[in-house]
Amino acid sequence: MGVSLTKAAQWTSCGSGKLELTPMNESLLKEILCFVEKLGFQHPQEAELVFEAPLQWSTTLVASDFKTDYDIRDLEVQSHEKDSEGHPLLQLSPPTVWVRSFSQLSKLVHFADYKKLEEVRACLQENRDPLLKIFGPCFANFTEREDTHSNVPHLIDEDQVKDSELKLKLFHLVQNMDQQLLKNLLQKISEQVRLDPTTVKNDIELLKRFCSEGEKRVLKSVRYTSDYEFENGCRAPLWRQLHSEICYLVIEPCDTDELYITCSTTGVFINGGIKHEGAESGYERTSEMYKDLVTLLKSQSPYFAENIKKQDFAVQELPSTQRIQHVESVDMEEQGQPQRSYEQHEKNVHDKARQQHTLNKASGEKKYEPCPRWRNHGLMSPSCNAEEKKSSKSSAEERSCEIQKKKPGQGAKSKMKAEFSVCSIPGSLSSHKIKTPAGAMPVELSSESSLESEEEEEQSECRPENNIDLPSEYWQIQKLVKYLKGGDQTATVLTLCAMMDFNLMQETCQLAIRDVGGLEVLINLLDTDEVKCKIGSLKILRKISHNVQIRQTIVDMGGLQSIVKILDSPVKDLRALAAETIANVARFRRARRTVRQYGGIKKLVKLLDCVPNLANLTETKEKDVEVARCGTLALWSCSKSTKNKEAIHKAGGIPLLGRLLKSQHENMLIPVVGTLQECASEESYRIAIQTEGMIKDLVKNLSSDNDELQMHCASAIFKCAEDKQTRDLVRKYKGLHPLVSLLQKVNNKQLLAAATGAIWKCSISVENVAKFQEYKALETLIGLLTDQPEEVLVNVVGALGEFAQIPASKAIIHKSGGIKSLVNLLAGTNQALLVNVTKAVGAYATDKANMLIIDQLDGVRLVWSLLKNPSADVQSSAAWALCPCIENAKDGGEMVRSLVGGLELIVNLLKSTNNEVLASICAAIAKIAKDKENLAVLTDHGVIPLLGKLTNTTDDRLRCYLAEAIGHCCMWGSNRKSFGEAGAVAPLVRYLKSKDSTVHQSTAMALYQLSKDPNNCITMHEKGVVKPLIHIMGSNEEMLQEAAAGCIRNIRLLALANRKARLFY
Amino acid sequence: MSQLSAMNRKLKQTVAETISKHVEHFNKTEIECLIRKFTGLLGEPAAPGRAVTGLDRGKFRSILHNFFGMTDDMIMDGVFRTFDKDNDGLVSMKEWIEGLSVFLRGTLDEKIKYCFHVYDLNGDNYISKEEMFHMLKNSLIRQPTEEDPDEGIKDLVEITLKKMDHDHDGRLSFLDFEKAVKEENLLLEAFGTCLPDTTSTDLFEQHVFQEQLEQ
Repeated sequence: MGVSLTKAAQWTSCGSGKLELTPMNESLLKEILCFVEKLGFQHPQEAELVFEAPLQWSTTLVASDFKTDYDIRDLEVQSHEKDSEGHPLLQLSPPTVWVRSFSQLSKLVHFADYKKLEEVRACLQENRDPLLKIFGPCFANFTEREDTHSNVPHLIDEDQVKDSELKLKLFHLVQNMDQQLLKNLLQKISEQVRLDPTTVKNDIELLKRFCSEGEKRVLKSVRYTSDYEFENGCRAPLWRQLHSEICYLVIEPCDTDELYITCSTTGVFINGGIKHEGAESGYERTSEMYKDLVTLLKSQSPYFAENIKKQDFAVQELPSTQRIQHVESVDMEEQGQPQRSYEQHEKNVHDKARQQHTLNKASGEKKYEPCPRWRNHGLMSPSCNAEEKKSSKSSAEERSCEIQKKKPGQGAKSKMKAEFSVCSIPGSLSSHKIKTPAGAMPVELSSESSLESEEEEEQSECRPENNIDLPSEYWQIQKLVKYLKGGDQTATVLTLCAMMDFNLMQETCQLAIRDVGGLEVLINLLDTDEVKCKIGSLKILRKISHNVQIRQTIVDMGGLQSIVKILDSPVKDLRALAAETIANVARFRRARRTVRQYGGIKKLVKLLDCVPNLANLTETKEKDVEVARCGTLALWSCSKSTKNKEAIHKAGGIPLLGRLLKSQHENMLIPVVGTLQECASEESYRIAIQTEGMIKDLVKNLSSDNDELQMHCASAIFKCAEDKQTRDLVRKYKGLHPLVSLLQKVNNKQLLAAATGAIWKCSISVENVAKFQEYKALETLIGLLTDQPEEVLVNVVGALGEFAQIPASKAIIHKSGGIKSLVNLLAGTNQALLVNVTKAVGAYATDKANMLIIDQLDGVRLVWSLLKNPSADVQSSAAWALCPCIENAKDGGEMVRSLVGGLELIVNLLKSTNNEVLASICAAIAKIAKDKENLAVLTDHGVIPLLGKLTNTTDDRLRCYLAEAIGHCCMWGSNRKSFGEAGAVAPLVRYLKSKDSTVHQSTAMALYQLSKDPNNCITMHEKGVVKPLIHIMGSNEEMLQEAAAGCIRNIRLLALANRKARLFY
Repeated sequence: MSQLSAMNRKLKQTVAETISKHVEHFNKTEIECLIRKFTGLLGEPAAPGRAVTGLDRGKFRSILHNFFGMTDDMIMDGVFRTFDKDNDGLVSMKEWIEGLSVFLRGTLDEKIKYCFHVYDLNGDNYISKEEMFHMLKNSLIRQPTEEDPDEGIKDLVEITLKKMDHDHDGRLSFLDFEKAVKEENLLLEAFGTCLPDTTSTDLFEQHVFQEQLEQ
């Protein structure tokens, strides 16, 4: 108790002498409490021993807490038991209590009941050196001396032989427990840093690569001081591990002397020179603390710092490639545990499996095997004499005192740091992984759908391990698993049934099953022939697989393959249970891939084959339906991967889903529609959903009472209504009204998002907008413009944009003040939302009244500033919105001029590589150029050569707006000539060969403008412009006719003038 | 001889008729087949003149073993006891057909009754702790290291009792058993396999009903 209390317990640093509320202290207290409780009946004689001085502290106990054997007077209590001088062994005068023997102590904690831990804490806090009080000064000092053992006999006074003997015995008991405590603490400390040795090891491996000969060499050598590696990955001797040191290195840089380095969990530092294993001194820190080896080396060796920069890329690259290989090999070798897969076939795996789980396990059975040397020092053998142990240890203890004292304050911090350094590495690796070109990635991964927003990431477990706090369930489950391993069929079934009685949805139970090796047995059971065992096992698995970690472990152990295999079983119960379990497990990518790779999708689709809607279902048919329901649940989970969607399609799942969609039961419909809406992200599904006539059923279920079902239906329609026919079908089956009614459910945001999405997509068809108008959808939608999450807003605004197709909408939005809300949304950051908002603003700006409001609210400036948004979609959408704004503003030219730097911004966007952006900017330029002054500014900013450069495009959409912009830009100064010089004329002539008539129109206009410059006429003529223009002159469009004719006229005039000139001069 | 067999056939039919009236799950032809199988299994009477009226324990056990793969002596005795309703040490033709009706095609309720009867070794209408222990005693691998090798079994009995003994009287009444099985069907054969699995049922039915018809 003495050493562990003074050295290991984490006292608050502020001197008030409180025990910190750390898990380690908590367990320390519990151990001590346990010791006190047990001492009373295990060693009754020793427990009676009267303390040298009473332990005294302020308690929360009151007189009424004490039972018989006590004199209770008012608030005061005295024990009947008295010492030889008649003083009571326990005395309470609230709030202070004096206790003078262990037996009284144990009684007291018994009375304290649930507060007993608090009592022990208070006692220890107020008696900082309990041993001194219990044994008196001479005994307590033993601990500090090195030669205790020899001294003890002399200290025993002849008169008090018996008393002293007892005392000595008690002293030994206390010492033993002290040792036990220390050992446990060591274990805990090493558990806290459990992962860290691996990071250090990786770093060292990396550094070793730099020791190679040749130009790349940055270090001469890297070596450990010790070749022996403990099971926990550390190389430092055990007693140094207590100081959270991991290993010692000797690194020889190219330019300086050898560095002696200590790696600890708190960081790395240069030590006093530990050259080899077992050094007695040199552990002290002689440099500052560095966060990792590379940083330390950089600061110590300039040469290293210089050269490592060059290799920095390689340093990062190395682990990332390893990582990728690892991902690829996952299926063959489940996360570095190859033996597992072989073991599955045996049910009664004992040795290896046990070993493995004891490693993972949080229980106190963990034993580090020390190397023989340390055993000789008597460090790790609890049976060995306490004094002897002390002697070897105390010297080290004293030396480390300094560091040790710092420990309490750093405890939490160092732990955090350790975790951080561990976590940060996989993090940086994975981000790096994403950046690697797709070629290097496993094809499987890169092809997964990007829509998987609810994708759960595989997480590495960061569970705080706590030995002592294991709940009673843990031990019960451990016992049951033991029976599972050693039982025949009957015993196994009984045990499985007993296990089902635990609350399997509770994480403690779930993890307990895994930690005691139960998961392995459950999975092994799946490969047996015993139907009942398989049923029992699956009944448990389907529950515990709600836990993320369990899912991952099931996949790691290869359990998913077995479960997939069971999908073929002739027993219906088994098929249903297996499918249900898959539904839970396949929540992350690797699992879904496994299901597919083992043919699970096909098997699951096969389960769907049943007739769901018979009037009177027989028992067997009912079971079929249940199997189908579970199968759909599984497919729903699996359908989050693009490849699985394809696989379901290929296996013929869509018609089967269509049939199940006719079901009446919500519990069937939800997974069916869920799967459909998940898959509707694929074009093929959208077509199939439409052609298989599922729209009708989806619309029907929009009116169900179940929010979730409604949501999935709306969501499916949302995705499918990209297609015109689908939109018409929704209208035909009267789906528009239910969609609008869903807008009332403002509290269910998911539902609202799906419904507004469906309305948005449906309103792409004008006929639907008219219908929506009847149901007053627009008014409701405008009400949803404020205080909604972004996913709702995106859809609402998208719908508003489409509603503008009907002129009536513009008046309504004007009346209901929707413009203001829209303009407010322009200040947001969500790109999808911005695209829709700008689009809607543009659509409503076509109305003068609305435009006035937009202008007043400074909306144009906001839209204009979105041109700076990094997203090309936002840029183009904003540019498109600008066109109607400029056109419909009261004084567009003035408005544009008032935006400082705006024109320069526009011109610069002509350097974009995105055709849509270019087209939209060209359109905007065409509008801006209508104002002469602005055109002059544009010209100054060099718009002409930029436009000229773009003329070589083959994109008809861009050509159309480009030609328009060129046409408008000709109106200023010598721009016509400049276009000619920029080589814009010849490509424009080629535009006339395009099949797109809108291109012809704007090109003809541009050519007409350009033809006012004689040189351009020559170029046009050379490029054969006349023939297509004559052709265009025959068009129905008056403008077009005029432009084409004008152009030809100009060419002709030039030719005439030319001839005249030749004739007369 | 032919006259005799003709009479036999007629007799068989009438017997089948009467039995089929109070046996569910089998139709008349199936019952006839079962009767034929029964007489086949009886074999020739050991001593002429003394008609053998039923299957004795040994014969019955070998049927259970050969057709249904049962091995546990205690369970097989239990099954015999359950078939042999009048406790005369022989399974008569009627008992044979009635027993098989539950054994092969029984509903859950019938099977619960059947299993309870099999497990109620002494016929006192309760499954006591001792009976459970008896039936489960070979179901765990004994760790020789443990002080009490039976400890695991005892614990298993306790666990089972905790789960199934709803009235907390330390033994299982039929009501306890029925309730527990209804809650969790896996507990039907809690103390040992005493019902055939689907494959052996199918095989047996095929063997009796089809092959016999072909004869």
